Amino acid sequence: MTLPAPLSYPPPESLDPGSPWHARPARIDRVRDESADVRTMVLVFEQARDRRDYRFLPGQFNMLLLPGIGEAAISIASDPEHCSAVAHTVRAVGSVTHALARLEVGDQLFVRGPFGRPWPLEELRERDLIIAAGGVGLASVQAAICHCMTHRGDYGRIAVLHGAKTPADLLCRSDYGRWRDHGIDLHLIVDHAAPGWQGPVGFVPQLLDRLEIVPSETSLICCGPEPMMEAVARRSIAAGIDPDQIFVSIERLMACASGLCGLCQLGPFFICKDGPVLSYDRIGPWLAVPHL
Amino acid sequence: MPDSSSIPGDWRWLDADGLQILIDLLRGRGFRVVGPRIADGAIVIGDIDSAAQLPTGWLDDQDGGSYRLRQDKAAGTFDHVVGPHSLKNFLFPARETLQHWTRDDRGWHDTTPAEPPRPLAVIGVRGCDLAALAIQDRVFLGGDHVDPAYKARRERLFLLAVNCRRAAATCFCHSMGCGPAAGPGFDLALTETDGRFAVETGSEAGAALLAELAARGSPVTPAEILDEAAIEQVRDIPRRLGREMHARRAEPGRPVPRSLDTDGIRDLLFSNLEHPRWQQVADRCLSCANCTLVCPTCFCSSVSDVADLSGDHASRERQWASCFTLEHSQMHGGNARPTVASRYRQWLTHKLAGWIDQFGSSGCTGCGRCITWCPVGIDLTAEVAAIREAPTP
Amino acid sequence: MTTVATAKKPRLAVFKFASCDGCQLQLLDAEGQLRAIADQVEIDHFLEARSRSLPGPYDIGLVEGSISTPADIPRILEIRRQCRFLVTIGACATSGGIQALRNWGQVDEFLGAVYATPAYVQSLEKSTAIADHVPVDFELRGCPIDTRQLVELVSAVVVGRRPRVPTYSVCVECKMRGTVCVAVARGIACLGPVTQAGCDALCPAHDRECFGCFGPSQQPNLVSLNGFYERQGASRERLGRLVQSFNAWSPEFHAEHDRLAGGPDTEADR
Ligand SMILES: Cc1cc2nc3c(=O)[nH]c(=O)nc-3n(C[C@H](O)[C@H](O)[C@H](O)COP(=O)(O)OP(=O)(O)OC[C@H]3O[C@@H](n4cnc5c(N)ncnc54)[C@H](O)[C@@H]3O)c2cc1C
Ligand code: SF4
Ligand code: SF4
Ligand code: SF4
Ligand code: SF4
Ligand code: FES
Repeated sequence: MTLPAPLSYPPPESLDPGSPWHARPARIDRVRDESADVRTMVLVFEQARDRRDYRFLPGQFNMLLLPGIGEAAISIASDPEHCSAVAHTVRAVGSVTHALARLEVGDQLFVRGPFGRPWPLEELRERDLIIAAGGVGLASVQAAICHCMTHRGDYGRIAVLHGAKTPADLLCRSDYGRWRDHGIDLHLIVDHAAPGWQGPVGFVPQLLDRLEIVPSETSLICCGPEPMMEAVARRSIAAGIDPDQIFVSIERLMACASGLCGLCQLGPFFICKDGPVLSYDRIGPWLAVPHL
Repeated sequence: MPDSSSIPGDWRWLDADGLQILIDLLRGRGFRVVGPRIADGAIVIGDIDSAAQLPTGWLDDQDGGSYRLRQDKAAGTFDHVVGPHSLKNFLFPARETLQHWTRDDRGWHDTTPAEPPRPLAVIGVRGCDLAALAIQDRVFLGGDHVDPAYKARRERLFLLAVNCRRAAATCFCHSMGCGPAAGPGFDLALTETDGRFAVETGSEAGAALLAELAARGSPVTPAEILDEAAIEQVRDIPRRLGREMHARRAEPGRPVPRSLDTDGIRDLLFSNLEHPRWQQVADRCLSCANCTLVCPTCFCSSVSDVADLSGDHASRERQWASCFTLEHSQMHGGNARPTVASRYRQWLTHKLAGWIDQFGSSGCTGCGRCITWCPVGIDLTAEVAAIREAPTP
Repeated sequence: MTTVATAKKPRLAVFKFASCDGCQLQLLDAEGQLRAIADQVEIDHFLEARSRSLPGPYDIGLVEGSISTPADIPRILEIRRQCRFLVTIGACATSGGIQALRNWGQVDEFLGAVYATPAYVQSLEKSTAIADHVPVDFELRGCPIDTRQLVELVSAVVVGRRPRVPTYSVCVECKMRGTVCVAVARGIACLGPVTQAGCDALCPAHDRECFGCFGPSQQPNLVSLNGFYERQGASRERLGRLVQSFNAWSPEFHAEHDRLAGGPDTEADR
């Protein structure tokens, strides 16, 4: 999602005052259909106070509420330096996400958040970054890509790896040019080719083999289906990247997003507040236990 | 004038009439008073307006999957132990509306009424339940996000605790360091002895109430403050029971309580996540969720968004959830814990291991409810012992 | 899930097969409420309630009753073709109903015993669930169904969200009500732990055990439960009768009945 130039970077302490159940009213300002079942929508808070005070960091998520229908955890996919309008990329998979993806310009929805731990981008300054996203997992790294473009000079080489089922399912296609203009090395892959597709066919982890990695200088951030993230992590570790330099964003069922409902647990972690972003040296051993 | 000599740590004698006056005073101050009452074959927590409703002379025999009441002439008012209800039923109710929403032509509005909850006084709270309350406080009040509904109820709570003189076969509070002596965390605590109660003051609110009671010219004599020797004697009542529990030796006619070896329990369980015992217990487990719902510390909940038939009124309804149900781990892509074994493991490892990482203490107080109210009597202490006996190499 | 959210009002049809009409009574009870869903559904076919009947196709079809006669089979196939979202309602439709008790016997014997001229009665050998014959999109369990679940189903389908119908045990509702467990406190064999919620644990709240009206819950462990009840003194005969009622022909209750009646004991060695 493309939004105007940066102002200043928000301090995380200013996040979410008051009750965790408090929901801010917002309206859909723009929508963009990404694929058959994925829509990006930009929403603007109804209240001036929220437009002024709302802040988030890349990798955090909102709970999007439609009264009477339900609520879903959705990553914030826009530029963190512009919080008065917030973008979300939603894949319609079930009740709530279908209802969200049907919203049109002017429709109302409610936002709780932001919640969760962000990508540790400040700590990754000076390093080479690999940003790997499978399917709608791209939503969770979009804000990080925005951040890196704004602060391009702070990072070394940046590669974005994105995979989808078919070429028509690749997300954010209209942003690719701008990413490349900012010196981002973009690699795409699809599970199933289609006429006109000239790129590789396969899975995201394979794209790692196309990169020249200096393991000691590289960090990886990754979001997608769990098996994909595990495969990416294993391959990166094999390539010499430290597990504590690999960051994944985990998905679990969530009702509160604030450590109160217990639904999002994975081993000793609450994914909503200890995650969703966790380093692989911490979360990897737990992901390896089936059905935990 | 309240008697300012009644400060926390103070001890006084109270007789049965004094208990009634305490109840009256609390009700007079606008408290809803609840406490142990017999209903449907068990001692539940229900509304109390008279001390005569307390289960004096009744005992509860508890074991895996079994609970029976019986009369015993020698039994006092509080010689039963915990029943199927706990403070959780009141502070974190099974169903509650978090928010109301109303729609007009400009959109939806949060129209949740701001109604402060009625103050609640609970009689007969045990050591294990005070510990459970402290655990739920850490969950709902201790993190970055505070649950406002829980907080409002918690701030209006008066606790009249009881020191246990008897333990059931399902009790293991001594193993968890949560009993049988009650506290800290009470306003007043009773110890029953020779047909009267020694009352210990644990808070300013408790002190104020006791002072008012004394000032009302009740049968309690303000002069009858316990002397050091008497306090020691009273204090020794739950201690004696504790020693008995630790020794796993009961006096004739009393059940031997359970126990749980908590030594290194977090690492024991977390290093046995693929132990065959999980499947063995899953063969017996019904995945019915009773254990989690009676557990006074389990805090899981789900939220449903519902609309009324006009579509112009919606609400967010919170209800208890349990990791034993598939609903707890259902995601659009599949279920995170599709097997009973994985769900039993979630319960046991969360209670006894993950909780320590998350909240700095065990999630178990040793109250034994999950053992008694499991329809097939599955016993978490036995499950842990089995894993400890033969850990995965 | 399939959603039927459409620009127009969804068209609803109600069909009846072999059943006692109890679920329809619940439907009639709920009809006022259904219409109140902002007049959002058009009830186009509901013969038991009104004579007006408009032809299909329908958006939502509610089917009551089990497949019991030869004529039922082509009829349910046609109904399936006519309904975008097909919902079976009640124990008869979801598991074959109480009439499935005949599935254990010889149907001719029953006919001879019950009807004067059995030759006029056309009956299949077994009474079976709708889902044994056509794909079903959603089930509402119960004998009878619960009005709240019915209203929930229709309101959800109208706005295009998944109906919230729990599949966990009756015990969850029992504990949420604060009811004292009849199994634990009184030693009465109760089907609650293996029965799907939906009735708000009605019977235990009235001092009775759960009779399994809503059929098996998710992953029910009948062998363990009945093993425990047996060790507490319940007879296999009584336990077998308990599962052989409204949902007797559901695969789980059926298998448990036969196991108790002398089939192989699959319970793990305990
Ligand atoms: C941190 C985080 C960030 C995310 N970011 C994004 C994002 O940016 N974009 C995106 O598209 N998605 C994202 N997701 C995923 C998104 O939250 C889920 O896809 C969404 O919650 C699914 O909700 P639904 O109602 O549409 O789906 P459904 O599958 O209809 O609903 C799931 C809900 O329904 C219940 N349910 C489902 N099936 C059953 C059943 N059989 N029985 C009982 N209950 C059932 C579950 O309890 C669950 O609450 C994110 C998730 C997390 C945790
Ligand atoms: S786990 Fe069992 S014994 Fe421990 S606090 Fe919960 S109910 Fe009580
Ligand atoms: S996850 Fe299970 S054991 Fe843990 S609090 Fe929730 S219901 Fe209780
Ligand atoms: S342990 Fe017992 S109470 Fe808990 S889910 Fe299993 S059978 Fe039910
Ligand atoms: S009475 Fe029946 S339904 Fe209720 S908790 Fe006990 S076993 Fe479960
Ligand atoms: S979503 Fe409720 S605790 Fe994490």
